[in-house]
Amino acid sequence: MENILDIKDLSKSFILHNQCKDIQAVNNITIRVKKGEFIGITGKSGSGKSTILKSIYGTYRVQEGDIWYESSHYGPINLAKATEREMIYLRKHEIGYVSQFLNVMPRTTARQLVTEAILEMGQSREIANMETEKILDHFEIGKELRDSYPATFSGGEKLRLNIARAMVKRPRLLLLDEPTASLDHDSKLKVKTLLEQLMKEGTTMLGIFHDLEFMNRLVNKEYSIQNGCFNQAIQKI
Amino acid sequence: MSVLEVPVLSVKQMNKQFGNGCSTCKNMKLGKMTKNYCHKCGTVYACRDVTFDLYQGEVLGIVGESGSGKSTLMKSLYFDEEVTDGEMYVAGFEDGKKNLFIESAQKKRYVRNHLMGKVYQNPILGLKMNFSSIGNIAEKLISAGNRHVGSMETRGAELLEEVNIPIHRMKEEPKNFSGGMQQRVQIAKALSNNPPILLLDEVTTGLDLSVQASVLDLIKGLQRDLNISIVLVSHDLGVIRMLADRTLVMLEGKVIERGLTDQILEDPQHPYTQQLVHSLL
Repeated sequence: MENILDIKDLSKSFILHNQCKDIQAVNNITIRVKKGEFIGITGKSGSGKSTILKSIYGTYRVQEGDIWYESSHYGPINLAKATEREMIYLRKHEIGYVSQFLNVMPRTTARQLVTEAILEMGQSREIANMETEKILDHFEIGKELRDSYPATFSGGEKLRLNIARAMVKRPRLLLLDEPTASLDHDSKLKVKTLLEQLMKEGTTMLGIFHDLEFMNRLVNKEYSIQNGCFNQAIQKI
Repeated sequence: MSVLEVPVLSVKQMNKQFGNGCSTCKNMKLGKMTKNYCHKCGTVYACRDVTFDLYQGEVLGIVGESGSGKSTLMKSLYFDEEVTDGEMYVAGFEDGKKNLFIESAQKKRYVRNHLMGKVYQNPILGLKMNFSSIGNIAEKLISAGNRHVGSMETRGAELLEEVNIPIHRMKEEPKNFSGGMQQRVQIAKALSNNPPILLLDEVTTGLDLSVQASVLDLIKGLQRDLNISIVLVSHDLGVIRMLADRTLVMLEGKVIERGLTDQILEDPQHPYTQQLVHSLL
């Protein structure tokens, strides 16, 4: 199997000008991810887990190292040096990001949220409307909720909607930033089923988890991180 | 989208100074200038070396403190101000190959009337307060070459309806309207010639929250449904976060930082941008 993501010697530090401080978040991280693999990243709070995901997604600007990603549109592309427009394209079509927080436009209903994501992909409104209903059914977002604002949803509903929105784009690479934090047991099980389905469909995933038991049942490989450096890599399946 | 994407609007090394400059400030000697103001001759360097591209369907945010050159930049893009030097290319004009800053006033007017719309921070600059609202829209349509009164009225009514101005008030003068309504009439006017490029200068400043929300929803809808490219100036980072795909940060006339909006907000690099973002949180 070929690699879809090849992170080489990634380092990222934050310079805080007002405190004259330089905080090293991750240091010399190397990860290889094969197509269809599910990688789990574990570690204490502040150890640099999210920094890795945000560096891949382009939210953080990388100072050193390369993040080679095998794009279906651009071919091999170094995300650490990609242009803003390239990143916007990849986010729209290939790379998804799900966090425990639902960051959405205010005054947009759940239905609009999903429909707009499909429209962004260039589908017609008719198809988008049909697809939206299917996806919301699939993620068990109740019919009575679909025309209300996600800001009023419960944590579990928000998260499912969040994953649903990321899913409609059928990303080749999905980044999960603590997707199960603050969820009850039932909601976790629903998320687990969804993630398993995505794995079956061949989506490559990188996820951060605090719930190790949950993670261990899903991932192929685990990287444990300490103070911005890798401690160990454990092959699971 | 192809790999070789062509910008709708391209600005290169634009400079705008007020005053002639002297030997001291022309060399930009440190110590003789306070911010972008020269103490010796009083010249203000409002925009310095501003370069950016705007692509189809995207919202480009511009943030910065008061006096950082945002509005001067917007005025220069709409040819309200003559630039000192620099280049500007618009895809819809001569295939984007001619520098508009050095074209004739007539050509500039053509671009302004056919390819651009602008909403000013101050409605007095964008509207004739003693004309009827629909007359204001007709003014822009006439500049764009329209001469049919019936079709202009239909179009005007359509636009005012879109921005939620009640049709029975369309003959009323904007001076009777609230700030939010005036701003929406301006947006209707700016949109009347179906411009591919829309310049929005602090459109929500001074509006109350619910009116602000309706103006923002309107802008978002325009971008989504009409695929218009928008340059959005604001010092409200919440507005930028909600609307802009990419953002430029300006300080003392210069673009000091640029990036994806989430990069600017979550990983600001420049001391000023860090200060700005921390002010928000």
